[in-house]
Amino acid sequence: MNDKKFRNNAKRIYLTLTLFFGLLIVGLGGLIYKMINPSFLSFNDENITETYVETKNPDVIKNGIHVATGFKDDEGLSIVIVNCTPCHSAKLVTQNRATKDGWISIIRWMQETQNLWDLGNNEDIIVNYLAKNYAPSKKGRREVLTKIEWYDLEN
Amino acid sequence: MKRRKFIRNTLLGATATFIGTEIVFSSSIPKNYTPIIQQDPDLYKLFNKDKEMTVLNDKPWNIEAKAHLLDDKITPNKYMFIRNNGIIPQNIDASKWTLIIDGESVFKPKTYTLQDLKTKFKQHTYQLTLECGGNGRSEFNPPAKGNQWTVGAVSCAEWTGVRLKDVLKDVGIKDTAVYIGYHAADTHLSGDPDKEPISRGVPMHKAYQEETLLAFKMNGEAIPLAHGYPLRLVAGGWPASASGKWVNRISIRNKVHDGTKMKAPAYRVPCHPVAHGEKVKDDAMCIIESMPVKSLITYPKSGAMISEGNTLNIRGHAWAGELEVQKMAYSIDFGATWHLCEIAPPVNRLAWQHFSSTVNFPKKGYYEIWVRATDTEGSSQPMLLPGWNPKGYLNNACHRIAVKVK
Ligand code: HEC
Repeated sequence: MNDKKFRNNAKRIYLTLTLFFGLLIVGLGGLIYKMINPSFLSFNDENITETYVETKNPDVIKNGIHVATGFKDDEGLSIVIVNCTPCHSAKLVTQNRATKDGWISIIRWMQETQNLWDLGNNEDIIVNYLAKNYAPSKKGRREVLTKIEWYDLEN
Repeated sequence: MKRRKFIRNTLLGATATFIGTEIVFSSSIPKNYTPIIQQDPDLYKLFNKDKEMTVLNDKPWNIEAKAHLLDDKITPNKYMFIRNNGIIPQNIDASKWTLIIDGESVFKPKTYTLQDLKTKFKQHTYQLTLECGGNGRSEFNPPAKGNQWTVGAVSCAEWTGVRLKDVLKDVGIKDTAVYIGYHAADTHLSGDPDKEPISRGVPMHKAYQEETLLAFKMNGEAIPLAHGYPLRLVAGGWPASASGKWVNRISIRNKVHDGTKMKAPAYRVPCHPVAHGEKVKDDAMCIIESMPVKSLITYPKSGAMISEGNTLNIRGHAWAGELEVQKMAYSIDFGATWHLCEIAPPVNRLAWQHFSSTVNFPKKGYYEIWVRATDTEGSSQPMLLPGWNPKGYLNNACHRIAVKVK
Protein backbone atom coordinates (compact mmCIF):
# COMPACT_ATOMS: atom_id res chain seq x y z
CA MET A 1 0.00 0.00 0.00
CA ASN A 2 2.58 2.53 1.18
CA ASP A 3 4.72 1.51 -1.68
CA LYS A 4 1.98 2.34 -4.16
CA LYS A 5 1.34 5.74 -2.55
CA PHE A 6 5.03 6.54 -2.77
CA ARG A 7 5.10 5.51 -6.39
CA ASN A 8 2.06 7.71 -7.12
CA ASN A 9 3.69 10.68 -5.40
CA ALA A 10 6.88 10.14 -7.33
CA LYS A 11 4.92 9.96 -10.55
CA ARG A 12 3.19 13.26 -9.74
CA ILE A 13 6.47 15.00 -8.96
CA TYR A 14 7.97 13.54 -12.10
CA LEU A 15 5.04 14.82 -14.18
CA THR A 16 5.23 18.31 -12.64
CA LEU A 17 8.94 18.45 -13.27
CA THR A 18 8.55 17.31 -16.89
CA LEU A 19 5.86 19.91 -17.43
CA PHE A 20 8.03 22.59 -15.80
CA PHE A 21 11.09 21.77 -17.88
CA GLY A 22 8.99 21.32 -20.98
CA LEU A 23 7.55 24.80 -20.57
CA LEU A 24 11.01 26.16 -19.80
CA ILE A 25 12.38 24.71 -23.03
CA VAL A 26 9.46 26.07 -25.04
CA GLY A 27 9.88 29.50 -23.41
CA LEU A 28 13.62 29.55 -23.94
CA GLY A 29 13.27 28.30 -27.48
CA GLY A 30 10.77 31.07 -28.16
CA LEU A 31 13.08 33.66 -26.60
CA ILE A 32 16.09 32.55 -28.62
CA TYR A 33 13.98 32.49 -31.75
CA LYS A 34 12.71 35.97 -30.92
CA MET A 35 16.31 37.17 -30.60
CA ILE A 36 17.08 35.91 -34.07
CA ASN A 37 13.80 36.87 -35.65
CA PRO A 38 12.55 39.97 -33.80
CA SER A 39 9.19 40.01 -35.56
CA PHE A 40 8.28 36.63 -33.99
CA LEU A 41 4.96 36.89 -32.09
CA SER A 42 4.86 40.68 -32.22
CA PHE A 43 1.51 41.51 -33.57
CA ASN A 44 2.22 44.96 -34.90
CA ASP A 45 4.58 43.26 -37.33
CA GLU A 46 6.90 45.72 -39.00
CA ASN A 47 6.41 44.14 -42.39
CA ILE A 48 2.67 44.53 -42.26
CA THR A 49 2.66 48.15 -41.12
CA GLU A 50 5.10 49.02 -43.86
CA THR A 51 2.63 48.26 -46.57
CA TYR A 52 0.19 50.71 -45.01
CA VAL A 53 2.72 53.52 -45.26
CA GLU A 54 1.39 56.83 -46.52
CA THR A 55 1.89 56.42 -50.24
CA LYS A 56 0.69 59.85 -51.21
CA ASN A 57 4.10 61.39 -50.55
CA PRO A 58 5.97 60.93 -53.84
CA ASP A 59 9.44 60.90 -52.26
CA VAL A 60 9.14 58.17 -49.62
CA ILE A 61 11.80 55.46 -49.84
CA LYS A 62 11.25 52.37 -47.68
CA ASN A 63 13.58 49.39 -47.57
CA GLY A 64 15.34 50.63 -50.66
CA ILE A 65 12.11 50.88 -52.64
CA HIS A 66 10.53 54.08 -53.90
CA VAL A 67 7.07 53.53 -52.45
CA ALA A 68 4.98 55.47 -54.96
CA THR A 69 6.36 53.63 -58.01
CA GLY A 70 7.96 50.44 -56.69
CA PHE A 71 11.30 51.27 -58.34
CA LYS A 72 14.50 50.33 -56.50
CA ASP A 73 16.34 53.28 -54.99
CA ASP A 74 19.61 53.70 -56.84
CA GLU A 75 21.56 56.21 -58.87
CA GLY A 76 19.35 57.55 -61.63
CA LEU A 77 16.04 56.83 -59.90
CA SER A 78 14.54 60.27 -60.44
CA ILE A 79 15.53 60.31 -64.12
CA VAL A 80 13.97 56.88 -64.57
CA ILE A 81 10.75 57.98 -62.87
CA VAL A 82 10.49 61.08 -65.01
CA ASN A 83 11.10 59.24 -68.30
CA CYS A 84 9.56 55.84 -67.74
CA THR A 85 6.22 56.45 -66.00
CA PRO A 86 4.36 59.02 -68.15
CA CYS A 87 2.81 56.41 -70.45
CA HIS A 88 2.54 53.22 -68.41
CA SER A 89 3.00 52.51 -64.74
CA ALA A 90 6.38 51.51 -63.36
CA LYS A 91 5.00 47.99 -62.90
CA LEU A 92 5.54 47.28 -66.58
CA VAL A 93 9.20 48.16 -66.13
CA THR A 94 9.85 46.43 -62.80
CA GLN A 95 8.29 43.11 -63.84
CA ASN A 96 10.75 42.83 -66.75
CA ARG A 97 14.35 41.61 -66.66
CA ALA A 98 16.97 42.28 -69.31
CA THR A 99 20.66 42.78 -69.94
CA LYS A 100 22.04 46.16 -70.94
CA ASP A 101 21.55 45.29 -74.63
CA GLY A 102 18.08 44.02 -73.86
CA TRP A 103 17.05 47.28 -72.16
CA ILE A 104 18.47 49.30 -75.02
CA SER A 105 16.43 47.27 -77.51
CA ILE A 106 13.24 47.74 -75.45
CA ILE A 107 13.89 51.49 -75.48
CA ARG A 108 14.56 51.48 -79.25
CA TRP A 109 11.34 49.58 -79.85
CA MET A 110 9.37 52.16 -77.86
CA GLN A 111 11.09 54.99 -79.70
CA GLU A 112 10.31 53.46 -83.08
CA THR A 113 6.73 52.40 -82.40
CA GLN A 114 5.35 53.95 -79.20
CA ASN A 115 6.31 57.65 -79.32
CA LEU A 116 9.07 57.40 -76.72
CA TRP A 117 11.33 60.42 -77.02
CA ASP A 118 15.09 60.66 -77.53
CA LEU A 119 16.55 60.22 -74.05
CA GLY A 120 19.76 62.11 -74.85
CA ASN A 121 22.43 62.00 -72.16
CA ASN A 122 19.96 60.40 -69.80
CA GLU A 123 19.89 57.19 -71.82
CA ASP A 124 23.14 55.91 -70.33
CA ILE A 125 21.98 56.67 -66.80
CA ILE A 126 18.62 54.97 -67.40
CA VAL A 127 20.09 51.91 -69.09
CA ASN A 128 22.74 51.48 -66.38
CA TYR A 129 20.11 51.78 -63.67
CA LEU A 130 17.88 49.19 -65.37
CA ALA A 131 20.65 46.75 -66.26
CA LYS A 132 21.92 46.80 -62.69
CA ASN A 133 18.63 46.63 -60.81
CA TYR A 134 16.53 44.59 -63.21
CA ALA A 135 19.01 42.09 -64.59
CA PRO A 136 17.97 38.60 -65.70
CA SER A 137 18.62 35.56 -63.54
CA LYS A 138 19.23 32.13 -65.01
CA LYS A 139 15.99 30.18 -64.78
CA GLY A 140 16.90 27.07 -66.74
CA ARG A 141 14.37 25.09 -68.75
CA ARG A 142 11.90 24.72 -65.89
CA GLU A 143 12.00 26.20 -62.41
CA VAL A 144 11.39 24.40 -59.13
CA LEU A 145 8.02 25.22 -57.55
CA THR A 146 8.54 27.86 -54.86
CA LYS A 147 6.39 29.96 -52.55
CA ILE A 148 4.09 27.03 -51.92
CA GLU A 149 1.47 27.93 -49.30
CA TRP A 150 0.76 24.65 -47.54
CA TYR A 151 -2.72 24.01 -46.17
CA ASP A 152 -4.61 21.00 -44.82
CA LEU A 153 -7.11 19.53 -47.22
CA GLU A 154 -9.79 17.31 -45.65
CA ASN A 155 -11.69 14.94 -47.87
CA MET B 1 21.93 37.94 -44.80
CA LYS B 2 21.88 34.44 -46.25
CA ARG B 3 23.56 33.09 -43.16
CA ARG B 4 21.03 34.65 -40.84
CA LYS B 5 18.24 33.14 -42.82
CA PHE B 6 19.92 29.77 -42.58
CA ILE B 7 20.22 29.97 -38.78
CA ARG B 8 16.62 31.07 -38.61
CA ASN B 9 15.43 28.12 -40.59
CA THR B 10 17.38 25.48 -38.69
CA LEU B 11 16.32 26.89 -35.36
CA LEU B 12 12.77 26.98 -36.49
CA GLY B 13 13.11 23.36 -37.49
CA ALA B 14 14.46 22.45 -34.06
CA THR B 15 11.78 24.25 -32.06
CA ALA B 16 8.91 23.38 -34.34
CA THR B 17 8.38 20.12 -32.50
CA PHE B 18 7.58 22.06 -29.33
CA ILE B 19 5.83 25.08 -30.65
CA GLY B 20 3.83 23.44 -33.39
CA THR B 21 3.26 24.46 -36.94
CA GLU B 22 0.82 27.24 -36.15
CA ILE B 23 3.65 29.52 -35.11
CA VAL B 24 5.58 28.84 -38.27
CA PHE B 25 2.87 30.66 -40.13
CA SER B 26 2.25 33.53 -37.71
CA SER B 27 5.92 34.49 -37.72
CA SER B 28 6.50 34.24 -41.44
CA ILE B 29 6.74 37.33 -43.59
CA PRO B 30 3.29 38.44 -44.80
CA LYS B 31 2.47 36.55 -47.93
CA ASN B 32 1.53 38.21 -51.18
CA TYR B 33 1.37 41.70 -49.83
CA THR B 34 0.61 43.86 -52.79
CA PRO B 35 0.76 47.42 -51.49
CA ILE B 36 -1.45 48.51 -54.36
CA ILE B 37 -4.48 47.14 -52.48
CA GLN B 38 -3.83 49.60 -49.69
CA GLN B 39 -3.15 52.44 -52.07
CA ASP B 40 -6.38 52.15 -53.93
CA PRO B 41 -9.16 50.16 -52.32
CA ASP B 42 -11.39 50.66 -55.35
CA LEU B 43 -9.01 49.02 -57.76
CA TYR B 44 -10.70 45.65 -57.72
CA LYS B 45 -14.17 47.12 -57.41
CA LEU B 46 -13.57 49.15 -60.52
CA PHE B 47 -13.67 46.02 -62.66
CA ASN B 48 -15.52 43.71 -60.24
CA LYS B 49 -12.43 41.53 -59.96
CA ASP B 50 -11.72 39.16 -57.13
CA LYS B 51 -9.09 40.35 -54.64
CA GLU B 52 -6.97 37.27 -55.29
CA MET B 53 -6.41 38.32 -58.90
CA THR B 54 -2.84 39.46 -59.62
CA VAL B 55 -2.31 42.97 -61.01
CA LEU B 56 0.68 42.90 -63.34
CA ASN B 57 0.20 46.46 -64.49
CA ASP B 58 -2.28 49.18 -63.60
CA LYS B 59 -1.63 51.43 -66.60
CA PRO B 60 -2.54 49.89 -68.92
CA TRP B 61 -4.60 47.34 -66.99
CA ASN B 62 -3.15 43.86 -67.06
CA ILE B 63 -4.60 41.48 -64.49
CA GLU B 64 -4.39 37.70 -64.31
CA ALA B 65 -6.03 34.87 -62.38
CA LYS B 66 -4.38 32.16 -60.35
CA ALA B 67 -4.94 28.54 -61.40
CA HIS B 68 -7.35 27.72 -58.55
CA LEU B 69 -9.51 30.77 -59.31
CA LEU B 70 -10.33 29.32 -62.73
CA ASP B 71 -12.20 26.34 -61.30
CA ASP B 72 -15.62 27.34 -62.72
CA LYS B 73 -16.65 25.62 -65.93
CA ILE B 74 -17.66 28.99 -67.35
CA THR B 75 -15.29 31.73 -66.20
CA PRO B 76 -17.16 34.48 -64.32
CA ASN B 77 -16.07 38.08 -64.88
CA LYS B 78 -14.39 38.34 -61.48
CA TYR B 79 -11.82 35.69 -62.45
CA MET B 80 -11.30 36.75 -66.03
CA PHE B 81 -7.88 38.10 -66.96
CA ILE B 82 -7.54 41.56 -68.48
CA ARG B 83 -4.94 42.34 -71.12
CA ASN B 84 -5.20 45.93 -72.24
CA ASN B 85 -2.76 47.63 -74.59
CA GLY B 86 -4.06 51.17 -74.24
CA ILE B 87 -6.47 53.32 -72.29
CA ILE B 88 -10.03 52.04 -71.85
CA PRO B 89 -12.50 54.30 -73.73
CA GLN B 90 -14.51 56.67 -71.56
CA ASN B 91 -18.19 57.65 -71.58
CA ILE B 92 -19.43 55.06 -74.02
CA ASP B 93 -22.96 55.61 -75.28
CA ALA B 94 -24.08 52.22 -76.59
CA SER B 95 -27.16 53.72 -78.25
CA LYS B 96 -24.88 55.77 -80.51
CA TRP B 97 -22.31 53.01 -81.10
CA THR B 98 -21.70 52.11 -84.72
CA LEU B 99 -19.67 49.48 -86.52
CA ILE B 100 -18.26 50.36 -89.93
CA ILE B 101 -17.25 47.59 -92.31
CA ASP B 102 -14.82 48.97 -94.88
CA GLY B 103 -11.52 48.14 -96.55
CA GLU B 104 -10.15 47.35 -100.02
CA SER B 105 -12.25 44.22 -100.34
CA VAL B 106 -15.77 45.51 -99.68
CA PHE B 107 -17.88 46.65 -102.60
CA LYS B 108 -19.20 49.55 -100.53
CA PRO B 109 -18.54 50.40 -96.86
CA LYS B 110 -21.53 49.86 -94.61
CA THR B 111 -22.38 51.12 -91.13
CA TYR B 112 -24.46 49.30 -88.53
CA THR B 113 -25.75 50.52 -85.19
CA LEU B 114 -25.69 48.07 -82.29
CA GLN B 115 -29.44 47.86 -82.65
CA ASP B 116 -29.07 46.94 -86.34
CA LEU B 117 -26.72 44.11 -85.45
CA LYS B 118 -29.00 42.80 -82.73
CA THR B 119 -32.16 42.88 -84.82
CA LYS B 120 -31.01 42.14 -88.38
CA PHE B 121 -29.01 39.01 -87.68
CA LYS B 122 -29.58 35.75 -85.84
CA GLN B 123 -27.92 35.62 -82.43
CA HIS B 124 -25.69 32.77 -81.29
CA THR B 125 -24.10 31.83 -77.97
CA TYR B 126 -20.85 29.90 -77.58
CA GLN B 127 -18.38 29.19 -74.82
CA LEU B 128 -15.07 30.36 -76.24
CA THR B 129 -11.57 29.91 -74.87
CA LEU B 130 -9.55 33.10 -74.95
CA GLU B 131 -5.91 32.87 -73.97
CA CYS B 132 -3.36 35.64 -74.17
CA GLY B 133 -0.56 34.69 -76.59
CA GLY B 134 1.90 35.62 -73.85
CA ASN B 135 0.33 33.46 -71.11
CA GLY B 136 3.26 31.74 -69.35
CA ARG B 137 5.80 34.29 -70.62
CA SER B 138 7.35 34.65 -67.13
CA GLU B 139 8.95 31.21 -67.43
CA PHE B 140 11.07 31.85 -70.50
CA ASN B 141 14.83 31.95 -70.16
CA PRO B 142 16.42 34.25 -71.20
CA PRO B 143 13.45 36.42 -70.18
CA ALA B 144 11.06 37.79 -72.80
CA LYS B 145 9.81 41.36 -72.58
CA GLY B 146 6.25 42.31 -71.87
CA ASN B 147 3.79 41.54 -69.09
CA GLN B 148 5.11 38.60 -67.13
CA TRP B 149 2.05 36.37 -67.22
CA THR B 150 2.23 33.14 -65.20
CA VAL B 151 -0.69 30.77 -65.86
CA GLY B 152 -3.81 32.89 -65.44
CA ALA B 153 -4.23 34.74 -68.74
CA VAL B 154 -6.89 32.36 -69.99
CA SER B 155 -10.68 32.21 -69.71
CA CYS B 156 -13.67 30.48 -71.16
CA ALA B 157 -16.76 32.64 -70.90
CA GLU B 158 -20.06 32.39 -72.71
CA TRP B 159 -20.27 34.94 -75.51
CA THR B 160 -23.46 36.00 -77.27
CA GLY B 161 -23.57 37.92 -80.50
CA VAL B 162 -24.03 37.66 -84.24
CA ARG B 163 -21.82 35.75 -86.62
CA LEU B 164 -19.26 37.94 -88.35
CA LYS B 165 -19.83 35.91 -91.51
CA ASP B 166 -23.53 36.83 -91.54
CA VAL B 167 -22.66 40.51 -91.33
CA LEU B 168 -19.94 40.21 -94.01
CA LYS B 169 -22.40 38.49 -96.31
CA ASP B 170 -24.81 41.38 -95.81
CA VAL B 171 -22.06 43.88 -96.69
CA GLY B 172 -20.82 41.98 -99.75
CA ILE B 173 -17.17 40.98 -99.86
CA LYS B 174 -14.93 40.79 -102.92
CA ASP B 175 -12.91 37.70 -103.86
CA THR B 176 -9.76 39.67 -103.17
CA ALA B 177 -10.34 39.52 -99.39
CA VAL B 178 -7.42 38.07 -97.44
CA TYR B 179 -7.68 39.31 -93.89
CA ILE B 180 -9.87 41.32 -91.56
CA GLY B 181 -8.43 44.00 -89.29
CA TYR B 182 -10.33 45.53 -86.39
CA HIS B 183 -10.16 49.11 -85.16
CA ALA B 184 -11.36 50.15 -81.73
CA ALA B 185 -12.12 53.03 -79.41
CA ASP B 186 -9.29 52.58 -76.91
CA THR B 187 -6.53 55.22 -77.01
CA HIS B 188 -2.75 55.08 -77.07
CA LEU B 189 -0.80 55.34 -73.81
CA SER B 190 1.22 58.27 -75.12
CA GLY B 191 -1.99 60.25 -75.62
CA ASP B 192 -1.33 60.55 -79.35
CA PRO B 193 -4.82 60.52 -80.97
CA ASP B 194 -3.40 59.29 -84.29
CA LYS B 195 -1.94 56.13 -82.79
CA GLU B 196 -3.88 52.93 -82.26
CA PRO B 197 -2.85 50.85 -79.23
CA ILE B 198 -3.71 47.64 -81.06
CA SER B 199 -5.38 46.75 -84.37
CA ARG B 200 -5.13 43.08 -85.20
CA GLY B 201 -7.26 40.56 -87.04
CA VAL B 202 -7.57 37.12 -88.58
CA PRO B 203 -7.48 35.61 -92.08
CA MET B 204 -10.80 35.21 -93.90
CA HIS B 205 -11.17 31.49 -93.15
CA LYS B 206 -11.18 32.29 -89.42
CA ALA B 207 -13.47 35.29 -89.95
CA TYR B 208 -15.95 33.00 -91.70
CA GLN B 209 -16.09 30.39 -88.92
CA GLU B 210 -19.47 29.90 -87.27
CA GLU B 211 -18.04 30.62 -83.82
CA THR B 212 -16.42 33.92 -84.79
CA LEU B 213 -18.76 36.47 -83.26
CA LEU B 214 -19.44 40.14 -83.01
CA ALA B 215 -20.45 39.82 -79.37
CA PHE B 216 -22.45 42.16 -77.19
CA LYS B 217 -23.00 39.86 -74.22
CA MET B 218 -20.67 37.95 -71.93
CA ASN B 219 -22.13 35.37 -69.56
CA GLY B 220 -25.62 36.59 -70.35
CA GLU B 221 -25.02 40.26 -69.54
CA ALA B 222 -23.65 43.29 -71.34
CA ILE B 223 -19.91 42.82 -71.78
CA PRO B 224 -18.03 44.43 -68.85
CA LEU B 225 -16.21 47.62 -69.83
CA ALA B 226 -12.72 46.14 -69.38
CA HIS B 227 -13.62 43.28 -71.70
CA GLY B 228 -14.85 45.36 -74.61
CA TYR B 229 -18.26 46.94 -73.93
CA PRO B 230 -20.35 47.41 -75.97
CA LEU B 231 -19.00 45.30 -78.88
CA ARG B 232 -16.22 42.77 -79.10
CA LEU B 233 -14.92 40.62 -81.90
CA VAL B 234 -14.46 37.13 -80.45
CA ALA B 235 -12.29 34.61 -82.28
CA GLY B 236 -11.86 31.71 -79.85
CA GLY B 237 -8.82 29.44 -79.86
CA TRP B 238 -6.51 32.12 -81.27
CA PRO B 239 -4.37 34.57 -79.27
CA ALA B 240 -6.91 36.69 -77.41
CA SER B 241 -5.45 39.80 -79.06
CA ALA B 242 -7.29 38.72 -82.23
CA SER B 243 -10.53 39.30 -80.30
CA GLY B 244 -10.65 43.10 -80.46
CA LYS B 245 -12.44 44.97 -77.70
CA TRP B 246 -14.53 48.16 -78.13
CA VAL B 247 -14.65 47.43 -81.85
CA ASN B 248 -16.06 50.21 -84.04
CA ARG B 249 -14.60 49.36 -87.44
CA ILE B 250 -13.58 46.23 -89.29
CA SER B 251 -11.56 46.56 -92.47
CA ILE B 252 -11.69 43.79 -95.03
CA ARG B 253 -8.18 43.79 -96.41
CA ASN B 254 -6.79 42.52 -99.71
CA LYS B 255 -3.53 41.69 -97.89
CA VAL B 256 -2.49 40.58 -94.43
CA HIS B 257 -3.72 43.32 -92.11
CA ASP B 258 -0.92 45.73 -91.21
CA GLY B 259 -2.36 47.43 -88.12
CA THR B 260 -0.55 48.03 -84.84
CA LYS B 261 0.81 44.82 -83.32
CA MET B 262 0.31 42.84 -86.52
CA LYS B 263 3.95 43.46 -87.39
CA ALA B 264 6.94 41.63 -85.91
CA PRO B 265 7.79 40.99 -83.19
CA ALA B 266 4.24 41.34 -81.79
CA TYR B 267 2.24 38.11 -81.67
CA ARG B 268 4.75 36.35 -83.89
CA VAL B 269 7.18 33.50 -83.29
CA PRO B 270 10.26 32.52 -85.31
CA CYS B 271 9.19 30.73 -88.51
CA HIS B 272 12.01 28.28 -87.85
CA PRO B 273 13.05 27.14 -84.36
CA VAL B 274 15.86 29.18 -82.80
CA ALA B 275 18.33 28.70 -79.93
CA HIS B 276 17.66 30.34 -76.56
CA GLY B 277 18.31 34.06 -76.78
CA GLU B 278 19.03 34.07 -80.52
CA LYS B 279 18.35 37.31 -82.36
CA VAL B 280 15.60 36.85 -84.95
CA LYS B 281 15.05 39.16 -87.90
CA ASP B 282 11.58 40.65 -88.28
CA ASP B 283 11.01 38.95 -91.63
CA ALA B 284 11.77 35.56 -90.05
CA MET B 285 8.88 35.92 -87.59
CA CYS B 286 5.50 34.33 -88.42
CA ILE B 287 2.03 35.29 -87.15
CA ILE B 288 0.59 33.06 -84.41
CA GLU B 289 -2.71 31.49 -85.44
CA SER B 290 -4.26 28.65 -83.41
CA MET B 291 -3.05 28.41 -79.79
CA PRO B 292 -1.34 25.14 -78.76
CA VAL B 293 -2.74 22.32 -76.60
CA LYS B 294 -2.73 23.19 -72.89
CA SER B 295 -4.34 22.39 -69.55
CA LEU B 296 -4.65 23.71 -66.03
CA ILE B 297 -5.30 22.03 -62.67
CA THR B 298 -7.89 24.24 -61.00
CA TYR B 299 -8.57 22.00 -58.01
CA PRO B 300 -7.01 21.60 -55.56
CA LYS B 301 -4.98 24.74 -55.10
CA SER B 302 -1.25 23.98 -55.05
CA GLY B 303 0.01 23.24 -51.52
CA ALA B 304 -2.66 20.76 -50.36
CA MET B 305 -1.63 18.49 -47.48
CA ILE B 306 -3.59 15.27 -47.12
CA SER B 307 -3.35 12.33 -44.74
CA GLU B 308 -1.74 9.10 -45.78
CA GLY B 309 -4.25 6.63 -47.16
CA ASN B 310 -6.57 9.32 -48.53
CA THR B 311 -7.15 9.79 -52.21
CA LEU B 312 -7.15 13.20 -53.85
CA ASN B 313 -9.68 14.33 -56.42
CA ILE B 314 -8.22 16.62 -59.03
CA ARG B 315 -9.91 18.56 -61.81
CA GLY B 316 -9.33 21.30 -64.32
CA HIS B 317 -9.68 22.35 -67.94
CA ALA B 318 -7.87 21.52 -71.16
CA TRP B 319 -8.01 23.22 -74.56
CA ALA B 320 -6.25 22.97 -77.90
CA GLY B 321 -6.81 26.09 -79.99
CA GLU B 322 -8.64 25.11 -83.17
CA LEU B 323 -8.42 21.44 -82.23
CA GLU B 324 -9.89 19.30 -79.48
CA VAL B 325 -8.23 17.60 -76.55
CA GLN B 326 -8.31 13.88 -77.12
CA LYS B 327 -6.42 12.56 -74.13
CA MET B 328 -5.64 13.87 -70.66
CA ALA B 329 -3.15 12.32 -68.25
CA TYR B 330 -1.53 13.06 -64.89
CA SER B 331 1.74 11.98 -63.30
CA ILE B 332 2.85 12.03 -59.65
CA ASP B 333 6.40 10.90 -60.42
CA PHE B 334 7.64 13.63 -62.76
CA GLY B 335 6.56 11.86 -65.88
CA ALA B 336 7.90 8.37 -65.14
CA THR B 337 4.35 7.02 -65.26
CA TRP B 338 1.18 8.63 -66.59
CA HIS B 339 -2.44 7.86 -65.67
CA LEU B 340 -5.42 8.77 -67.81
CA CYS B 341 -7.93 11.35 -66.59
CA GLU B 342 -11.56 11.53 -67.61
CA ILE B 343 -12.03 14.28 -70.17
CA ALA B 344 -15.41 15.59 -71.31
CA PRO B 345 -16.05 16.64 -74.91
CA PRO B 346 -16.33 20.42 -75.45
CA VAL B 347 -19.78 22.02 -75.09
CA ASN B 348 -19.14 23.52 -78.52
CA ARG B 349 -16.12 23.89 -80.77
CA LEU B 350 -13.41 26.15 -79.23
CA ALA B 351 -14.73 25.73 -75.66
CA TRP B 352 -12.36 24.33 -73.07
CA GLN B 353 -12.94 20.78 -71.83
CA HIS B 354 -13.14 19.59 -68.24
CA PHE B 355 -11.02 16.79 -66.85
CA SER B 356 -11.02 15.01 -63.52
CA SER B 357 -9.36 12.10 -61.80
CA THR B 358 -8.77 10.49 -58.42
CA VAL B 359 -5.15 10.29 -57.37
CA ASN B 360 -3.66 7.61 -55.08
CA PHE B 361 -0.31 8.12 -53.40
CA PRO B 362 1.87 5.08 -52.60
CA LYS B 363 3.45 6.54 -49.44
CA LYS B 364 4.03 9.70 -47.43
CA GLY B 365 6.04 12.51 -48.91
CA TYR B 366 6.25 15.48 -51.25
CA TYR B 367 4.61 15.07 -54.62
CA GLU B 368 3.92 17.15 -57.66
CA ILE B 369 0.93 16.42 -59.82
CA TRP B 370 1.69 17.20 -63.44
CA VAL B 371 -1.05 17.16 -66.07
CA ARG B 372 -0.63 16.73 -69.78
CA ALA B 373 -3.15 17.12 -72.58
CA THR B 374 -2.87 15.63 -76.07
CA ASP B 375 -4.75 17.10 -79.02
CA THR B 376 -6.51 15.36 -81.89
CA GLU B 377 -3.38 15.60 -84.03
CA GLY B 378 -1.25 13.82 -81.44
CA SER B 379 0.62 16.83 -80.03
CA SER B 380 1.11 16.85 -76.27
CA GLN B 381 2.23 19.49 -73.84
CA PRO B 382 5.99 19.50 -73.19
CA MET B 383 7.16 19.09 -69.59
CA LEU B 384 9.96 21.56 -70.20
CA LEU B 385 9.48 24.98 -71.74
CA PRO B 386 8.61 24.79 -75.44
CA GLY B 387 10.78 26.47 -78.07
CA TRP B 388 12.23 29.77 -76.93
CA ASN B 389 11.04 32.82 -78.86
CA PRO B 390 11.96 36.50 -78.50
CA LYS B 391 8.58 37.67 -77.16
CA GLY B 392 7.85 34.67 -74.98
CA TYR B 393 4.66 33.42 -76.60
CA LEU B 394 2.99 29.99 -76.60
CA ASN B 395 4.30 28.53 -73.37
CA ASN B 396 2.14 25.44 -73.09
CA ALA B 397 4.42 23.49 -70.72
CA CYS B 398 2.58 21.11 -68.36
CA HIS B 399 0.95 22.71 -65.32
CA ARG B 400 1.82 21.21 -61.94
CA ILE B 401 0.80 21.57 -58.31
CA ALA B 402 2.56 20.58 -55.09
CA VAL B 403 0.94 18.07 -52.69
CA LYS B 404 2.14 16.63 -49.39
CA VAL B 405 0.98 13.32 -47.98
CA LYS B 406 1.42 13.29 -44.20
C1 HEC C 1 5.73 57.61 -74.89
C2 HEC C 1 5.17 56.56 -74.08
C3 HEC C 1 6.16 55.66 -73.34
C4 HEC C 1 7.19 56.02 -72.49
C5 HEC C 1 7.58 57.40 -72.05
C6 HEC C 1 7.81 54.77 -72.06
N1 HEC C 1 7.14 53.72 -72.60
FE1 HEC C 1 7.53 51.76 -72.22
N2 HEC C 1 5.95 51.23 -73.41
C7 HEC C 1 5.09 52.10 -74.04
C8 HEC C 1 4.01 51.34 -74.66
C9 HEC C 1 2.84 51.92 -75.44
C10 HEC C 1 4.24 49.98 -74.36
C11 HEC C 1 3.37 48.78 -74.72
C12 HEC C 1 2.40 48.59 -73.59
C13 HEC C 1 1.59 47.33 -73.66
O1 HEC C 1 1.59 46.67 -74.69
O2 HEC C 1 0.93 47.00 -72.64
C14 HEC C 1 5.47 49.95 -73.58
C15 HEC C 1 6.03 48.78 -73.10
C16 HEC C 1 7.14 48.72 -72.27
C17 HEC C 1 7.73 47.50 -71.80
C18 HEC C 1 7.24 46.08 -72.15
C19 HEC C 1 7.80 45.76 -73.50
C20 HEC C 1 6.89 44.95 -74.37
O3 HEC C 1 7.40 44.40 -75.35
O4 HEC C 1 5.67 44.87 -74.12
C21 HEC C 1 8.80 47.84 -71.04
C22 HEC C 1 9.73 46.89 -70.32
C23 HEC C 1 8.87 49.28 -71.01
N3 HEC C 1 7.84 49.79 -71.77
C24 HEC C 1 9.84 50.02 -70.34
C25 HEC C 1 9.95 51.40 -70.41
C26 HEC C 1 11.07 52.15 -69.87
C27 HEC C 1 12.25 51.54 -69.17
C28 HEC C 1 10.81 53.46 -70.11
C29 HEC C 1 11.69 54.64 -69.77
C30 HEC C 1 12.89 54.74 -70.54
C31 HEC C 1 9.53 53.53 -70.81
N4 HEC C 1 9.06 52.28 -70.99
C32 HEC C 1 8.93 54.72 -71.23
C33 HEC C 1 5.19 53.46 -74.08
C34 HEC C 1 6.11 54.22 -73.38
